Amino acid sequence: MSGAPPYGDPVTAPFWAAAARHELVVQECGACGARQFAPRRLCLACASDDVGWLTCSGAGTVHSVTVSHLEVIPGLAPPYPVAIVELAEGPHLLARIVGDDALAAAIGDAVHVAWEPREDAPPLPVFRRAAP
Amino acid sequence: MPRRDVCIAGVAESALGEVHDETELSMVQLAARNALAEAGLTFADVDGLAVNFMGEQGTVQVGEYLGLHRLRWLDSTDLGGAAFEAHVHHALTAVAEGRCEVALVAYASRQRTRRTRTFNRVVDPYSIPGQFEYPHALPPPVGRYALIAARHMHEFGTTSEQLAEIAVAARRWANRNPKAWSHGRELTVEDVVSSRLISSPLHLRDCCLVTDGGGAVVVTTAERGRDAAKRAVHVLGAGESQTVRHIAESRDLTVSAGAISGREAFAQAGIAAADVDVLQPYDSFTITVLMALEDLGFCAKGEGGPFVEGGRLAPDGDLPAMTSGGGLSYCHPGAFGLFLLIEAVRQLRGEADERQVPGDPEIAVAHGVGGYFSTAATVVLGR
Repeated sequence: MSGAPPYGDPVTAPFWAAAARHELVVQECGACGARQFAPRRLCLACASDDVGWLTCSGAGTVHSVTVSHLEVIPGLAPPYPVAIVELAEGPHLLARIVGDDALAAAIGDAVHVAWEPREDAPPLPVFRRAAP
Repeated sequence: MPRRDVCIAGVAESALGEVHDETELSMVQLAARNALAEAGLTFADVDGLAVNFMGEQGTVQVGEYLGLHRLRWLDSTDLGGAAFEAHVHHALTAVAEGRCEVALVAYASRQRTRRTRTFNRVVDPYSIPGQFEYPHALPPPVGRYALIAARHMHEFGTTSEQLAEIAVAARRWANRNPKAWSHGRELTVEDVVSSRLISSPLHLRDCCLVTDGGGAVVVTTAERGRDAAKRAVHVLGAGESQTVRHIAESRDLTVSAGAISGREAFAQAGIAAADVDVLQPYDSFTITVLMALEDLGFCAKGEGGPFVEGGRLAPDGDLPAMTSGGGLSYCHPGAFGLFLLIEAVRQLRGEADERQVPGDPEIAVAHGVGGYFSTAATVVLGR
């Protein structure tokens, strides 16, 4: 064991441990198969505590997107797009879209996960528009 | 004990706009005195109190400042800006069942003067939003409303020009209300859609004001209301609901909590949307109003865009709405729900002066929406 405590909280720590390996995971219920995000202690569909982790492909579709023209986090200069991404595996994530053509992101676009390094935390899942 | 009929017997605003010479508590005290005077009551009659956004244990802070020592019903339900409709919802039951006689609902903010409104909020990094939402820098709260508006446009073909119709209607009402922040300034659809983008597809003029302001509402029995200095209006029904705060977990971006709060309120009041003579929808953003029109049943889901065209919500339109000028053009001190109730009562009393809806309106609806499009509470009032 290293000295640093795992990032996140006792329920979300496996998500961030996977993120450190550039793997995007969501929860999958061992009892009923339902998938969910954000992480919970129990399955939201059947209340089972047999909730495991599914490694996702990283592929998704833009469900909705906005371009922020406000500076919300110091140093993150607007404009930048933030989307709700529907993962191929089902659950939705909020995430920024990055890349040269990010501002052109539109609902229905195919996107793929990318990993944004952070100084004090595991890498953050963001998304790039997939090549057409 | 038989259920008693319940009314709103007094309403009042505090100073609005930019308030330099009062505190939040002194604004509440003044507004409460004026609302109680309309009801023919005094502070000594108050035995119920509901507040939101008035600090930790806000009912204690406000009750202490007002010198209320007979309180036996307290409510600090936090549904964001919709809290005040929820407070009236709860007060309706409490007064009807005799749990209190005179409930005061009050609020004040000086967010504009004190510059307490900020987009760079400190979020607990170990909370769910702190881990999964905040690092993506979605601007709170407008980014949530923007994601909903974008999805609504995608699914139903709603346009920015249609959303702009809502802001224009609010401004046309504000130009009939001398107290309105934006009084005396014309606004066109072109002005709205050419204003700068804040969080696409929402422009600056799709967004509410940032002002100071406060007010008070007195809920009591219809029997006491008969002695009021001004005509009391009946509380016919109310409802509340919520969806989510973490927007990625929304089950359907285009359906708000108003679908349930409105259904509950209309059912209790025994009314349908067609019975509503004047509507006070929470207009934090233009999309908030569009969704309310659909979720309350004024039009079918997806048809809000065409519905608002042609000035339908504006003066002389079929559905007078935001008649004070709304959060878009009258005032928006962080939470607007209380002002929806105040304006609804004034319209039913027929005392709205230049902006009075003609034809002696009998049914008014105040529909609060709060948080990150997370909550809704609806109150049906009758003359």
